Amino acid sequence: MIPGTSLFVKALKEEGVTTLFGYPGGYAIDIFDELYKQDDIEVILPRHEQALIHAADGYARSTGKTGVCLVTSGPGATNLVTGIATANYDSVPLVCFTGQVPTHLIGNDAFQEVDIIGITRSICKYGVTVRNREDLGRIIKEAFYIARTGKPGPVVVDLPKDVMLALGSTAYPKEVNIRSYKPNLKVHSGQLKKALDMLKSAKEPIFLAGGGVTIARANKEFTELAELTKVPVITTIMGRGAIPTNHPLFIGNIGMHGSYAANQAVSECDLLFSIGTRFNDRITGMLVEFAPKAKIIHIDIDSAAISKNVVVDVPIVADAKQAVEQMLKDAASCNTEVWLSRIQNWKQEHPLSMAANKGITPQKIIEKINTLFPKAIVVTDVGQHQMWTTQYLKMDEGKQLLTSGGLGTMGYGFPAAMGASIGNPNTPVICISGDGGFQMNIQEMATAVGQELPLILCVFNNSVLGMVRQWQTLFYDKRYASTCLRSRKSCSKTCKKPGENCPPYSPDFLKLAESYGAYGIRIEREEDIEASFLYALENKKAPTILEFMIDSEEIVLPMVQGGKPLSNMILEC
Amino acid sequence: MKKRWVSLFVENDIGVLAKISGLFSGKSYNLESLTVGTTEDKSISRMTIGLVSDDITFEQIKKQLNRLVEVIKVLDFTNTPTHMKEILFIKVKSCTKEEKTELFQIACVFKASVTDYGLDSVLLECVQTETKNDDLIRLLTGQFKQLEIVRGGSVAIESISMTDR
Repeated sequence: MIPGTSLFVKALKEEGVTTLFGYPGGYAIDIFDELYKQDDIEVILPRHEQALIHAADGYARSTGKTGVCLVTSGPGATNLVTGIATANYDSVPLVCFTGQVPTHLIGNDAFQEVDIIGITRSICKYGVTVRNREDLGRIIKEAFYIARTGKPGPVVVDLPKDVMLALGSTAYPKEVNIRSYKPNLKVHSGQLKKALDMLKSAKEPIFLAGGGVTIARANKEFTELAELTKVPVITTIMGRGAIPTNHPLFIGNIGMHGSYAANQAVSECDLLFSIGTRFNDRITGMLVEFAPKAKIIHIDIDSAAISKNVVVDVPIVADAKQAVEQMLKDAASCNTEVWLSRIQNWKQEHPLSMAANKGITPQKIIEKINTLFPKAIVVTDVGQHQMWTTQYLKMDEGKQLLTSGGLGTMGYGFPAAMGASIGNPNTPVICISGDGGFQMNIQEMATAVGQELPLILCVFNNSVLGMVRQWQTLFYDKRYASTCLRSRKSCSKTCKKPGENCPPYSPDFLKLAESYGAYGIRIEREEDIEASFLYALENKKAPTILEFMIDSEEIVLPMVQGGKPLSNMILEC
Repeated sequence: MKKRWVSLFVENDIGVLAKISGLFSGKSYNLESLTVGTTEDKSISRMTIGLVSDDITFEQIKKQLNRLVEVIKVLDFTNTPTHMKEILFIKVKSCTKEEKTELFQIACVFKASVTDYGLDSVLLECVQTETKNDDLIRLLTGQFKQLEIVRGGSVAIESISMTDR
C-alpha cells in the first residue's frame, strides 16, 4: 500500500516523464514533497502558472513528448486556463494536474476551491476529478493516452488532497481500454483512391498543408509526395515547414497575411487537396469565395474538422502521416508544368518583401536569423512579428517554428521558448516577440535566468500593439484607441505617433534584463543586427534580450481584410 | 430547418451531462430537449436529444458529439422508426363543473389520464409523443385560461416492427 502521491510519481516515471512544470500550493504540496525525493524528474518552477503551461506547451511541441503541468487548486488551476485553450486549439499533448481541496470539501466553497473541470470543460480534450484512490492509476494512464493519441490535446486531471494522501494499490496499469475513445487513424482506401484519381485528372491542383502534417511529423513524407506528384504546396501558419520553404514547389502561406501567389493559386486552382487544417476564417477569408473553382479533398484526423467550415467533396478521416505514406505508394506524377509557370509568374509579380531603404526592418532581422541559425527552434509571440516571422523565416530541415496559431495567445512566446530550450538543451532557441506580448509574461526572465537558458529573446519594439494598430490604420481612420504602449495620462487622445515628449522606452528592457541577471542590447541600426546575434551567442548561461527598434508605422503586407475574399488583397498602402 | 432526434450512449460520470449541454450552448446549437437516464448497464447513460437544424449543422453536431471522449455512441433517430414518448403534466385551474367534465372527455380522446382532482382543478398526465402532447397543449390553451404545464422531454428507442409509435 502506498499513498496517492507515490503512485503519482510512479505513474510519471512509467509514462517517461523527466521534466515537469510545476507551481506549488497548499493542495499540491504533498505531491511536490514526493517529487522532492526523486532525482530523475526535474521540476521547473516558472513564476506564473500561465507561463508554466506555455512552457510545457513549448516543451511538448518541440520534443514531441507530452508536456506535464502540476499546479495547486483555485487560482493555480485557473491561471492555466489560457494555456489549456492555446494547447487545445493547436493540438498539443499536455496533461495538467491540478491540486484540489479534499473530496469532503468539494462544493462547499472551501478556501482555494474551484470547479476546474467545469471551467475547462469546453477548452480541453478531457477532464476528470479523481474521487477515489483506487481510480488514480487508471485515470493518470488514461490521461496520458488521451492527450497524445488521435488528435492530441490537453487533459486536466484534478487531484483532491485526501485522494493523494490515501493509501492504496501500488499497481499502475500497463494498458488502456476506454470504450468511448477509439481514435481512428487508418485511411479509408476507397476514399483515398478516389482522391488520388481526382488529383491525377486535375489540371491546376494544390496541396494545402496544415498543422496536422507537422504534428504528425510527416514533413519528410509530405515533401516526397509533393515531389512525386509535382503538385505545388501552400501551407497554413501551423503547417509551415511541412515542405522546405526553399523548395521549388512551395508557394507560400495562405490566408489573411499569406503571399499573393498562394492566395491567388487557391482562388484559381481546380483541385484543393488539404491535409490537417481546420479551414479557419483567417485562412479562408469570405467562405463563399474560397477556392471557388476547386473540388476539395480534405484529410483530417478529426472528423468534426471536415466540412465544418468548407464543404468538401472527398472527406477522409485519417492521421496525416499514415495517409501520406499510403499515397506515396499509389500516387502518380501530374502534368502541372503550365500551372507551375502561372504560379511562378504570380510570385514574381508580387514577391514578399519590405522596402530595403527603411533601415532596420523585421525582414532583415529574420533573414539574419535564417543565415545564422539554420537549425534553430524559433518561437513567436502573437502579433505583427508573428506574421513577419511566418512570412520570412526559412523552414528547412532541422528548423522548428512554434507559434500560437489557433487561439493567438499574446504572452505565449517567451515561456514557450523556455520550454523548448529546456527540452532541447543543445539547440539554439530564438524567441521573436513584440514589446506588447513580451511584457505579458516578462516575469519569466527570472525562470530563464535561474534555469541558465541561453535564449535569444528578440523583441521587435515598435512601442505599440502593432497588429491592432495596423487595423486602426487601415480600417479605423487612424483612431489609435489604446494601442500606444508609451502613452501617459497627459497624452492627447488624438496622438498619431509617439513624439519628442514621449519616454524613449517603456520599459527599458536592458535595465530589466540586467535586474534579472540577464543580458540585453538595443539595436537601432541595420548594420548592428548580425553583431547583436553574435553577442547573444556568447552568453551561454543566461538569456539575452535583443531589443530591435522598429518603426511603429511598419505594417504587415500583403493583407486580406477579415471576411473579404482571398483574391482581394491589400498589396500596398 | 428540420426537427431532429439523436440518441446518445455516454459514460455515466459526473459532468458528462454538463459537457453535452455545454457543447450545444458553446457552439450555439439549438437544443430543444434533452433527457437522460441510466441503461441496463449502470455505467452507461442514454440521452435523447431533440433539436431543430439544417442538414450541414446537424452533421457537424453529430461529429462534435462523437469526438467527445465520454460519448460511446451517437445514433441519429431523425429518419429511424422509433418508439418515442414524453411525459406531460397539465394542471387546469379555476374550472367550472362543465369544464371539468369536458376535461375528462379530452383526456379520454387523447389517452391522457386524470391523476388528480380538486374543487376547481384537474391534473392531467399524458405520456405521448411530443407532437401529440403539443396538440393537447394547443387545445387546452385555447379553451382554458389558467394552466400549469410541465414537460419531461422525450425518450426514444428504436422500433422493433419498423413503425413509428
